[in-house]
Amino acid sequence: MTQPVLEIQALDISLPRGADRAHAVAQVSLTVNPGEIVCLVGESGSGKSAIAHTIMGLQAKALMPTAGKILLQGEDVLTMSSARLRQLRCTTMSMIFQEPMTALNPVFSCGEQIDEVLRTHTALTGSERQARVLDMIQKVGLPEPTRMMRSYPHQLSGGQRQRIMIAMALVLEPLLLIADEPTTALDVTTQAQILALIRTLQREHSTGVLFITHDFGVVAEIADRVAVLRQGELVEFGDKQQVLAHPAHPYTQMLIAAVPSMTPRVREVLVRGEVILRTERLVKTYPNSQAPAVNQVALELRRGETLGIVGESGSGKSTVARCVAKLITTTSGSIFQHEQDIAPLSNRQMRPLRQCVQIVFQDPYRSLNPRRTVGDSIVEGPMNYGATRHEAWRRASELMELVRLEPNMLQRFPHEFSGGQRQRICIARSLAMKPEILIADEAVSALDVSVQAQVLGLLDEVRDQLNLAMLFITHDLRVAAQVCDRIAVMSKGEIVETGRTVDVFLAPQHSYTKTLFAAAPGRDWLFEAGRARLKNKDAIQ
Amino acid sequence: MIGAAILLCVLFIGLAAPFLHTMSPDAINPSVRNKLPGYESTLRDDDGNKFQFVHLMGTDSLGRDIYSRVVFGARVSLLIGATVAVMSALIGLILGLLAGYFRWLDAIVMRVMDGLMAIPAILLALSMVALLNAGLSTVILAIAITEIPRVVRLVRSVVLSVREEPYVEAAISVGTPTPVLLARHILPNTIAPLIVQTTYIAAHAILVEAVLSFLGVGISPETPTWGNIMAEGRAMFVMLPHNIFFPGLFLAVTVLAVNLFGDGLRDLLDPRMRKRL
Repeated sequence: MTQPVLEIQALDISLPRGADRAHAVAQVSLTVNPGEIVCLVGESGSGKSAIAHTIMGLQAKALMPTAGKILLQGEDVLTMSSARLRQLRCTTMSMIFQEPMTALNPVFSCGEQIDEVLRTHTALTGSERQARVLDMIQKVGLPEPTRMMRSYPHQLSGGQRQRIMIAMALVLEPLLLIADEPTTALDVTTQAQILALIRTLQREHSTGVLFITHDFGVVAEIADRVAVLRQGELVEFGDKQQVLAHPAHPYTQMLIAAVPSMTPRVREVLVRGEVILRTERLVKTYPNSQAPAVNQVALELRRGETLGIVGESGSGKSTVARCVAKLITTTSGSIFQHEQDIAPLSNRQMRPLRQCVQIVFQDPYRSLNPRRTVGDSIVEGPMNYGATRHEAWRRASELMELVRLEPNMLQRFPHEFSGGQRQRICIARSLAMKPEILIADEAVSALDVSVQAQVLGLLDEVRDQLNLAMLFITHDLRVAAQVCDRIAVMSKGEIVETGRTVDVFLAPQHSYTKTLFAAAPGRDWLFEAGRARLKNKDAIQ
Repeated sequence: MIGAAILLCVLFIGLAAPFLHTMSPDAINPSVRNKLPGYESTLRDDDGNKFQFVHLMGTDSLGRDIYSRVVFGARVSLLIGATVAVMSALIGLILGLLAGYFRWLDAIVMRVMDGLMAIPAILLALSMVALLNAGLSTVILAIAITEIPRVVRLVRSVVLSVREEPYVEAAISVGTPTPVLLARHILPNTIAPLIVQTTYIAAHAILVEAVLSFLGVGISPETPTWGNIMAEGRAMFVMLPHNIFFPGLFLAVTVLAVNLFGDGLRDLLDPRMRKRL
């Protein structure tokens, strides 16, 4: 049997005193063999990034490995000198990071940054190095290598930057590649391309890959073996087929059960409610930009239904939401709220009408004022519209129960809550206004799958109970399939397709919609009833 | 914390000047001009009795006791530092909030501030003293005007980043009126950097006042300020350095203390730094 590239033996990484647990990572053992992709899966705070950074010797000072070994081809990384570690980086092990924007230095051209690796680790001459760089840029599938070599990171798109990162990591053909959520910041179509690229290059050189992700779709797509981490402990480690189809540990079962299914759920709407929101030829052009962010958008939202707006970043879906919520002014077109056009209204004229539309934002950490108690944040709205403090607090307590939090938590500050709890608080704040339309702008995108499932359930329940109309903005097709009654697909500011969720998912008409669906990670797998199975045996090799 | 301790000492000296001084800071005694520190003079009190008097820091060219003048000078310096800091912070805060939040005001306010920043502080003070009468209030006003643009820029930059925060947008969408929005959600974020900036302004104001007095365009020369005492001693500096040394030392230590205090406050108010302390 061949020696594994990477062997982690009973690794312990301690957390500083005062943290919520003693170890960031406790007794984790796993191996990566040459030519295989091991996916390290876990929710945020599970210690997966801590492991990756420790292997590279990049761990933060507070996170010191206290026990165990990390053997890179039999050599312990934890005890080696920093000079030896520097020698091994890029030559034997490499890393790609989540954020391609910040992982590249903005003041050097991409070519120079790849060249730096060669200059440091090889004795090649200038022209030889240049040839290698060009060759590598070509290998990662970038067009016009010479131009790419000379461009600076800001001139490239996110996907192109990630390709440059991959080129830099793989130029010396390392035996181990650590990929720390390399596609999380990318759009689905780009993600699919990057995943395919990593797969191809890894096969070519039989590189061992430790792939860190939180997305089971990606796991299904790329993994050979899967390791599941929970709070620093390895709960399950095995073959992909085994772990996905027959998860042994209850935590893995729970995680897989929480992954929304791609099969749309059909909800029986008995009576179609009246239209409460309608946009006509809505256009928004931001100052200093030629192309409109939103172009000729027409939407219709009825009471009691959820309309999903799906699209990649920059498609204008959030801009639509912000126009409808009147957080920004529109360039032209109309927004009818109960037959009244609110598009031309000024901020002052808008104030009495604001109760009708409420919005829940993406980032639960920034959408509550950190200096005010959550109670103060919730009662702010009703008190703006004349409720007494006493009434508003009573209503806030009721709402806290509705979103399944303790009413006595109203006195606490946002930093005492987890991301999921904060998002519930934001929902409570919106509901305190007794809105008719609730906009969820990527409201569950920043949450872990298990929490995501809970918040989605809550949104569903609230909509039915209060007979709300919901505008649900998301880039995640799985989430859209589960929540939305109708879907509008946006691309480059325009709605390219709209229809019932079932129709759009089962028979997409527009070519862009088709591309979007084809790119969804793990589309060949069905996530249902707490396990995943292959849809069609022939579809995957 | 050392900064705070020294600052408290200087404040105490200033407040307790009437008790600490050994003789009137304005009393002129031609017989003991330009004496070195520690010189003992023989004086008569009101009843005509002779007594020995020690000039701790010597005397100046008019025979005034430098120690007493320095002690009283602390009052002027601290007063100017504090008033200028509070004035420029308040005006700058209001202008900065408005400029940062209302886009249309931004260009107007900031161009005016750029214009103000282009004029050297000393030059502006010189011309203001020339136009208005020389005196404490003119000096304070002159220094405060030149400090305002810095505060405006600071506050504006904080407002610009905070106004994009989702919680501010959330407040807009629950119908919070703009003045309340500014006071409740945006203003608190500016306070911590503003307090820190204010201490630096205080230190700078103390220095500028000393410079203006030294140049003879500040507060009238009979008033004991550190700058005035130094200006008085300038001519005889080579032979009698104590005239400049003692007020200079006090000035340097005070400014250092204010700056240290500001650094300490910055660390204290920044949650990231606080964890490390």
